[in-house]
Amino acid sequence: MNITEKILARASGREKVSPDDVIFANVDKVMMHDVSGPGVIKVFDKLKKQGINVDKLWDPTKVWVAEDHFVPSPDKVSAENIVKLSNFTKNYGIEKHFKYGMGQYGICHTLSHEEALVLPGEVYVGGDSHTNTTGALGSFACGLGHTDVAYVLLNGKIWFKVPHALYFKLNGKLPEHVMAKDFILKIIGDISTEGGAYKTMQFGGSGINEMSVESRLTLCNMTTEAGAKNGIVEPDQKVVDYLTSRGASNISLVHGDDDAEYEKIYEYESSELEPVVAKPFSPENIVVVREAPSVELDKSYIGSCTGAKYEDLVAAATILKGRTVKIRTEILPASISIYKRAMENGLLKIFLDAGVTVGPPTCGACCGAHMGVLAKDEICISTTNRNFPGRMGHIDSQTYLSSPLVAAASAVTGKITDPRDLK
Amino acid sequence: MKGNVIKYERDNIDTDVIIPGQYLKVHDYAELALHAMEGLDPDFHSKVKEGDFILSGRNFGCGSSREHAPIALSHSGIKAVLALSFARIFYRNAVDGAFLLPIEIDFDAYSNISDGDELDIDIKTNEIKNLTKNKVYQMKPFSDIIGKIIESGGLFKYKPD
Repeated sequence: MNITEKILARASGREKVSPDDVIFANVDKVMMHDVSGPGVIKVFDKLKKQGINVDKLWDPTKVWVAEDHFVPSPDKVSAENIVKLSNFTKNYGIEKHFKYGMGQYGICHTLSHEEALVLPGEVYVGGDSHTNTTGALGSFACGLGHTDVAYVLLNGKIWFKVPHALYFKLNGKLPEHVMAKDFILKIIGDISTEGGAYKTMQFGGSGINEMSVESRLTLCNMTTEAGAKNGIVEPDQKVVDYLTSRGASNISLVHGDDDAEYEKIYEYESSELEPVVAKPFSPENIVVVREAPSVELDKSYIGSCTGAKYEDLVAAATILKGRTVKIRTEILPASISIYKRAMENGLLKIFLDAGVTVGPPTCGACCGAHMGVLAKDEICISTTNRNFPGRMGHIDSQTYLSSPLVAAASAVTGKITDPRDLK
Repeated sequence: MKGNVIKYERDNIDTDVIIPGQYLKVHDYAELALHAMEGLDPDFHSKVKEGDFILSGRNFGCGSSREHAPIALSHSGIKAVLALSFARIFYRNAVDGAFLLPIEIDFDAYSNISDGDELDIDIKTNEIKNLTKNKVYQMKPFSDIIGKIIESGGLFKYKPD
C-alpha cells in the first residue's frame, strides 16, 4: 500500500484497502472557518428541525476553527458570521478558535502547520478545498463541504472512496530561481485541472527530499487545482523537526510499503524547470515567464495559503531589497506568527521601503471578497492559487498565478518578469 | 423527473462563477439563489424555472469546497446537473446534502441535447428521454454508495451497512 492507503486502512480499521474501496474513516482532526462554519451551523439548524440530536460534538478537542475569509469584517453580514461562529465554539466547548485580533490567527491551512495542529499519519478534513495543503506533513488531508463537516463533527467519521494514486518524482534540487510553486504549476499545466480528479497526488524523489516543509506545503496546496482528493509527501526528519519546534510531541510516521502501487508515475528533472505563470483564466494555462505576454500589470499580490508562508516572504524580500515597486503591491503574511517573524527579521522594513502595503492575514483578496479586489480590466500577478473569471474581483479582471519571486520581480518592473532578468 | 435544459457548452464551470466569492458570507439559501451562475450568465436567475436541469461539459463545479454552489443551484429550482464529468467536492456536496443530482453523461448525449430540450430522467433505469427530440440516452449509473445516499435522501439519513 502507498502512504495514503496505509493511513486510510488504519483509519477504517482494515488491514488493507485498495483504490475504489468505499470506507468510513475515523477522523483525527477537523477544521472549519468563517465561511464553512456558518454553513455548518445552518446544517445543524436543519438537523434540529428534523429531530436529529445535535447537542454534543463527537470530540470538541479534535476540532479547530479559523477566522480567515472575511476578516477584518468588511460589512455587517461578515461581522455577524464571526459572532455566530464564536457562539458556536463557546456552546460546543471548542477551545481551539483562532480569533482575529487576539494573538495568533491566520489562514486556516497556514495555522494547520504553523500551530502543528495536524500530525503525520492523521486523517484531517476541513471545510475548505485547500485542506489538501497539510498532506505535506505526511497526513491524509482532504477538503469537504458543510454537510460533510457537520457529519464529522457529530459522528467522528466520514466516507471516502480510496483514491488511485499519481506519483510525481522530482530528480535533483530546484534551481535558485525556481520555486515549488513553479513546479506545481508546471504539473497542472501538464496534467490539466482535471488530471488529478478524485486521485492522490504524491510527491517524492531527491528534489522533494531537498525541499523545505514549506515548499512541500505549496505543492500539496495546489493539488486541489488539479482536482485531487489529497496531496501527500512521505514524512521525514524535516517534518518531525518542523512540528517539534512548534510544540508537537508523540509524532509517529506512517510510510508507504516498498511495493506500493501507483496508477502512473511522472518524472521531472529540476534542472529543466523554469519560472512559469498560469495565464487567465485557468491554473492549467502555463507558459514560461520569458514567453509570457507583455502586459501592463496593475497589481502584484503576495498573499494566501499558497504564497505567503515565511519562505515566500523571504523570497519576495530578496527581490525587493533596495528596489522600488512600480505597481500597486500588497503583501499579506498568511498568519500572525509569520508576520511577527517577518518583522523580527527585517522583512517588513524591506517591503515598506520598497513601497509595498503590508496587510493583516486574510483570504479576502484571493477569493475576490474584500481587502483589495480588482476593478474591471485590471491585471494582477498573484502568488495565490486560482485565476478563474472574476476570482479576484471584477469578472473582466485578469490574474496571472506565479511564485513569490516572479510576483516580486514583476512588481518592480510592472511587467511579468523572470527574476533572473531583473537588473 | 421531467424538466427543461439550460445548456452551457463549455468545460470547467467553476464554483467562482456558480456563486462568486463575495457571496460566501451569505448563508440565506433564497438569497444565494438570486446570485446563482452570476459569474457566467447574469440572466440565469430570470430564466431558470423550478425543475430545470443544467447541461455542461467536463469538470463541472471545479474549484472551491463552498456548499453554496449546489445550494444556490438547488434553490434556483435546478433538480439535476448533467455533465461529462464533475469535480469531486461539488459532486459529494450535491449528493451528501441532497441538493441536486449530479448525472454523468457521455459525449453523444451532451452533443445531442440542446438548450431548452425537455428531458425525462429515470435514475432507476438510468435512462434519459429527450421528449423534444424523441431520443433516449443512458446516464452513467451511480456507484453503490452514491446510489444509496441519494435513495436515503442525503448522508444524514443514510445508514451504513
